[in-house]
Amino acid sequence: MLESLLALGGLVLLRDSVEWEGRSLLKALVKKSALCGEQVHVLGCEVSEEEFREGFDSSINSRLVYHDLFRDPLSWSKPGKALPGGPLEALRALDKKTSSGPATIALDSLSWLLHHLPCPTLCQTLHALSRQDSCPGDSPPGEQVRVLGLLHEELHGPGPLGALSSLAQTEVTLSGTMGQASAHILYRRPRQHPTHQTQWFSILPDFSLELQVEPPLESQPRSDPHTPSVDPTTHLTFNLHLSKKEREVKDSLTLPFQFSLEKQQALLRPGLSQATSHIFYEPDAYDDLDQEDPDDDLDV
Amino acid sequence: MGKLTLLCDAKTDGSFLVHHFLSFYLKANCKVCFVALVQSFSHYNIVGQKLGVSLTAARERGQLAVLEGLRSAVDVFFRPREQLHPLQFLREASAGDLQPLYAFVRDALEPVDGGEDAWRCPVLLVDDLSVLLSLGVGPVAVLDFVHYCRATVCREWKGNIVALVHDSGDAEDEESDVLLNGLSHQSHLILRAEGLATGFCKDVHGQLRILWRRPLQPTAHRDRSLTYQYKIQDKSVSFFAKGMSPAVL
Repeated sequence: MLESLLALGGLVLLRDSVEWEGRSLLKALVKKSALCGEQVHVLGCEVSEEEFREGFDSSINSRLVYHDLFRDPLSWSKPGKALPGGPLEALRALDKKTSSGPATIALDSLSWLLHHLPCPTLCQTLHALSRQDSCPGDSPPGEQVRVLGLLHEELHGPGPLGALSSLAQTEVTLSGTMGQASAHILYRRPRQHPTHQTQWFSILPDFSLELQVEPPLESQPRSDPHTPSVDPTTHLTFNLHLSKKEREVKDSLTLPFQFSLEKQQALLRPGLSQATSHIFYEPDAYDDLDQEDPDDDLDV
Repeated sequence: MGKLTLLCDAKTDGSFLVHHFLSFYLKANCKVCFVALVQSFSHYNIVGQKLGVSLTAARERGQLAVLEGLRSAVDVFFRPREQLHPLQFLREASAGDLQPLYAFVRDALEPVDGGEDAWRCPVLLVDDLSVLLSLGVGPVAVLDFVHYCRATVCREWKGNIVALVHDSGDAEDEESDVLLNGLSHQSHLILRAEGLATGFCKDVHGQLRILWRRPLQPTAHRDRSLTYQYKIQDKSVSFFAKGMSPAVL
């Protein structure tokens, strides 16, 4: 994967986020370039030189030239430790330093530069840096300058992101799931359709890349489909099943409050039902049987 | 050593973490510079006494340097212009930078040349950075201030920085998001105190997410984040795994 990212030349944009950091991939690309015998210039704005060089062995460190914009980028210190001219001049100076031979420039990070320089100026300088004015046929492939830029996606609006994206020959967006990092790569080869590729990977402690297989989609562990399902009604002391005859009787039963045709007929013929009910009353000894209607004196 | 710890709170108050780190570093005999912009010095002192440290005593013996924002903000207007006050940006018409504040921090924590330093590593504690946004400083200026503090305190003097920042969450605050994300990219450890999704609860005050960033060794399957729930008591905070609050079990 690293070879294909470095093959095209021009600007390689590494877009990372808080959750999926891209500096280790940047260092892996730097290591790969250095191992190919190229000189690597690193413009370091966000981490110190010691932290960037950590993890590289001496052969790589000897090919790495670190331009320190971390210690004093804005000239706040009294004895100025700053690079002369500030960030813009430091960026433009890289152009002159890489005029001979193939070289790789790593910008750590483009987000810092975008916060401190106007976006058009930065885009113009990057364009000049990656030598995109000359046609690919003019300079032999060995003379190409590769610019690796680390960009923190969440810090910028769509305008600057789109501008940098359109400048890039290769764009890598880092994401992942469940602890496994993935890179979505977009290649913009000249005079061809852009091609996409998604690659799962992990970076080893010595900053070499190990490709991984895509992790399975389900995140929950599936229940084993081979375990036999247990019937819960087998050992009960009561019967939950109905035989066929019982089911027939149940279905033909009319419910007491359901207004069916039979009920309607029975209500429309009241005479037949009256003969079936009698009330038998035996008065007690102390009962006061008064035949008068107690409501007679109501003047209603 | 040399680490930036970011304290972040969302929908809850994460200041208990500030009090904890303040008392922790004072008890560990470190030289502390405390930029206290939110509460008065006596507030931190009272809480510190509950946690077992006396801020007044620490300030008197030179272990603690405090910038009390609420009180000293007024001094900006009564000083002659040539003397730069740490909160000089309050006097600027346009958004300035925080170089005077950085100068204050640098002077407070600079190791004593030559003689033996009585204190261990320097520590910068800021409560909190979101207040600077409300006072008119741009997010890039705050990020530059933290950058310079990192370059000096963390890298040069091998000290630590602990800073609190608020997450605006749903409120569409672009500046706050840029500040929070920019700081997250710079920090080694992020402690995020969140309110519970279901709302306020008497027994579980919130949830703490711990996220390690910039691991020294980039490894594939390292468990990089942990989540605990917590309850704040009078003198301490008790932590437990999710769903294991003693009130619920």
